[in-house]
Amino acid sequence: MISPRVSVQTEDFDLQREISALHADDRRVGAVCSFIGTVRDRNDGSDVASMELEHYPGMTEQSIETMIDAAHARFDILGARVVHRVGLLQPLDQIMMVAVISAHRGQSFQACEFLMDYLKTQAPFWKKEQTPEGARWVDARVADDAALSRWGIEASNA
Amino acid sequence: MTQKTIQIRYFASVREVLGSGETLSTGAATLQELRDELIARGEPHAGALARGKAVRMALDKVMSNEGAQLADRSEVAFFPPVTGG
Repeated sequence: MISPRVSVQTEDFDLQREISALHADDRRVGAVCSFIGTVRDRNDGSDVASMELEHYPGMTEQSIETMIDAAHARFDILGARVVHRVGLLQPLDQIMMVAVISAHRGQSFQACEFLMDYLKTQAPFWKKEQTPEGARWVDARVADDAALSRWGIEASNA
Repeated sequence: MTQKTIQIRYFASVREVLGSGETLSTGAATLQELRDELIARGEPHAGALARGKAVRMALDKVMSNEGAQLADRSEVAFFPPVTGG
């Protein structure tokens, strides 16, 4: 069975298990690069007690599939996997992961960063934080748009 | 003017003000015209979808700009800038 490339889920994930499934004993693989995003206890000057993640079912998965297709077209990689959680999360919780496999490290490093830059500005997720001052939606960052533009893609998000 | 049935969805801060969505019969040809039609209703739509406010749009689950053409049975979503990752 071919494992899915994209999962949006409330449950936590196990990076090592995801990498094993992605690698699938493919002997061409010489490099695995991964990124995990976690919940911080501070953001924009306030303490963060918890975070609620909302998404657009269907569009979220479809948009990340498109990003992985773009990564395959752009880099010499053998596979990629994205897992993103939704729902209520606490500081220290894992939010999401990207893992990429390739023959050599350069392509995995680049594709992993490309996927993160793409996802930050184009995948329909929204974070709402609980702080001592009340609940607030997290603002998009102009720096994230700039990160994507390095790859020649106009983000126009923030 | 051909009437189209459009499924509208709202997310995040826009959803908190306007609800999760609605089905609308409209003569709007583009996302821009549809947004103008919703704004013309007055509050709360006028404020939530106001020009100059950071509102992003998707047409049939693809990020789109205001010039995108609507078709009958299109799904349109309005939401704030995305903040995943």
